[in-house]
Order: sequence, then C-alpha cells, then structure tokens
Amino acid sequence: MKVEIITPDSTIFTGDNVGLIQLPGIDGSFEVLNNHAPLISVLRKGKIKLINKGEKVEHFFEINGGVIEVVNNKVLVLAE
Amino acid sequence: MAGLKDVRIRIASVKSTQQITNAMKMVAASKLRRAQTAIIKLRPYAAKLREILQNLSASIDHSDENVFSQERKPEKILLVVIASNRGLCGAFNSNIMKMAVHFTETTYSQQFSKNNVSFITIGRKASEYFRKRKYNVLESHDELFDQLTFANASILAEKLMKGFAAKDFDRIDLIYNQFKNAAVQRLIVEQYLPIAPPQAMAQSPVARVEADYIFEPDKEVIVRELIPKTLRIQLFKAALDSFASEQGARMTAMQKATENAKDLLRDLNISYNKARQNAITNAILEIVSGAEALKG
Repeated sequence: MKVEIITPDSTIFTGDNVGLIQLPGIDGSFEVLNNHAPLISVLRKGKIKLINKGEKVEHFFEINGGVIEVVNNKVLVLAE
Repeated sequence: MAGLKDVRIRIASVKSTQQITNAMKMVAASKLRRAQTAIIKLRPYAAKLREILQNLSASIDHSDENVFSQERKPEKILLVVIASNRGLCGAFNSNIMKMAVHFTETTYSQQFSKNNVSFITIGRKASEYFRKRKYNVLESHDELFDQLTFANASILAEKLMKGFAAKDFDRIDLIYNQFKNAAVQRLIVEQYLPIAPPQAMAQSPVARVEADYIFEPDKEVIVRELIPKTLRIQLFKAALDSFASEQGARMTAMQKATENAKDLLRDLNISYNKARQNAITNAILEIVSGAEALKG
C-alpha cells in the first residue's frame, strides 16, 4: 500500500511498498495492513512504526499528534 | 552645469547604492524561493485537512456545539495584522496598515468608537505603526519571523483560541498579504474565529466519491480534535503567505531601484562627459587664442 506522512513543514515519508504501519491512535495503538477498509482517525503524540513489504527493517517517526486517512489502499498521515 | 568633480562624486555614490539594491534583490530572491517552497508544501496539507473536516461536518450536525464555531454578537474585536520586520519592500507595509485602519473605521466603526477593537501585531513595522498611533495593541509577536516554524505559530494560535473561548473576543480576523506570485500579493481579511460556517467552505466543487469510512473513535471526537488543528494550520499558513509576499515585494522593489539607478547613471555619465568636453574645448580655445596673440 501507499503511505504518505506529511507535516506542515515537510514531507517526512513517502513509499509505495509498505506492508505494515503502526500508529498511536487516540484510544491506543493500532496497525493498518494492506487492503484496509476506509478509515479516518485521530492520532496522539507518539511513534509511527513502518515496515516495507519483504523487508525486516523498521522505520520510526516521532509525531506530536495528527490525523490519518485510509482510502483505496492509500494511507495519508497528516502529522504535527 | 555642475562641476566635474561633483558629477564624479555623484556617479560614485549612485553606483554604490546600485550595488546595495542589487545585493538586496538577490537576497530577497533566494529567501523568496525558500518561502515559496514552504507555502507550496503546506497548501496540500491544509487542503487535505479541510477536506476531511468538510466530509465529517457534512455528515454530522454538531458543529454548532463547538465553542469555536459559536457565533456571538461582535462586541469585542481582535485584529491580527501581519506585516514585516524590515522595510525596503515597496508599499507592502503601508498597504497593509492602510487596509487595517480602513477596515477598522468602516466595518467595525461602532466597536471602534467604544474602544473595543484590539490588535495583535506580527512584524515590527506593524507594531511600531499601531503603537505610535495609540491603537490598542495587546501583544506583538515580531519574533515569529525570526523562526517561522509551525511550532511557533501554534503557540500564538493557542492563545487566540483561548481568548476566543474565554469570551475575551467575539470575533478574530486576520489581515495579511496572500502570496500569488513573486510580483503579486493579494491583501485579504480573513475571518479566523468563529469558524466560517461549512456552507461557505463546501462551495468548492469537490466531487468526491463518498467512501464508507470507519471513524475511530467516533465522528464527534474527530471533529473536536480537528478544529484546533485546522486553526493552527490556518494561522501558520497566513504567516507563511505574508512572509513569501514580503520577499516578493522586496525583490520587485529592489529590482526597480536597481533599474532606476541604471537610468540615473546613464544621465550622469552624459553630463559628466559634456562637462569634460567643455573643459577641454575651453583649454584648447585658450591655447589657440594665446598662440594667435603671440603671432600678432
């Protein structure tokens, strides 16, 4: 799936081949995998974990809260 | 005609001024490029956020309950005027002051006569202007332009939201220059709080396939979280817009100054050459007439 993480100052991540993304939801951490149903949710301060398909490396991003939209296998994180 | 030496001195001084204005033009151009990328990056972010909020507020009717969209009778007004810290950018600053004063005296004349219009200024030029004229300036945030980051803009946005929620103000407007391109800025007055009703925003024809979203935890919570976020972004965007406009205005002003200096130099050079020629002609005339006299 396609993932984009943008902040008001810059784009911190874009990738077409993400297998898993873990996000700090406002009511607790959750994960989004491939072919997730459309979703809108609010994030709190925390870490985003991201793993590319077929790789074992984990990428981490610190955020101060934000919004996530998942639609058509596209994940858009508006971070702060 | 001015003496040779005077003209020479003037030429030197115009030349050095031209060098300065040219250098300032270059500096403004490079700052403009940076400011422009920042604003261009922010626009999709702001647009997306608004789109999500629009999607949500269309489907629920609770936006009236929110403190920030509460319409009150506008008794106490706060104007946030965004100008620049430095001058030499053409009519950029004077335009915005004129606009702010005009706006206060027309739209808010009633509140103004009761002394209920306050100002928060961003940018040294605006602060000086309104302080000198004894307007009610609550705060100045000139330091925002030293480090124009989202975090710094958020601090001010928080303050505005708190002031509105505590009913210190019934209406907050932003006055700033919107960046169009390097040569064109658009002066605008934007309603900041209360939030403009969604009908106005929904007018933009975003033909969107309504996806069947899952909302986590639920719509109300998301809207409550999103509204302060959009407000922070809105203020940051205004500041960025103004900063990019300032650099654009300065660049064009300095470009014009450099061109004017060039014209001036050409005229000066002509008069210098004329004066020089005159002096030579005079000297030759003297020699020739002296020789004639000796012959005689």
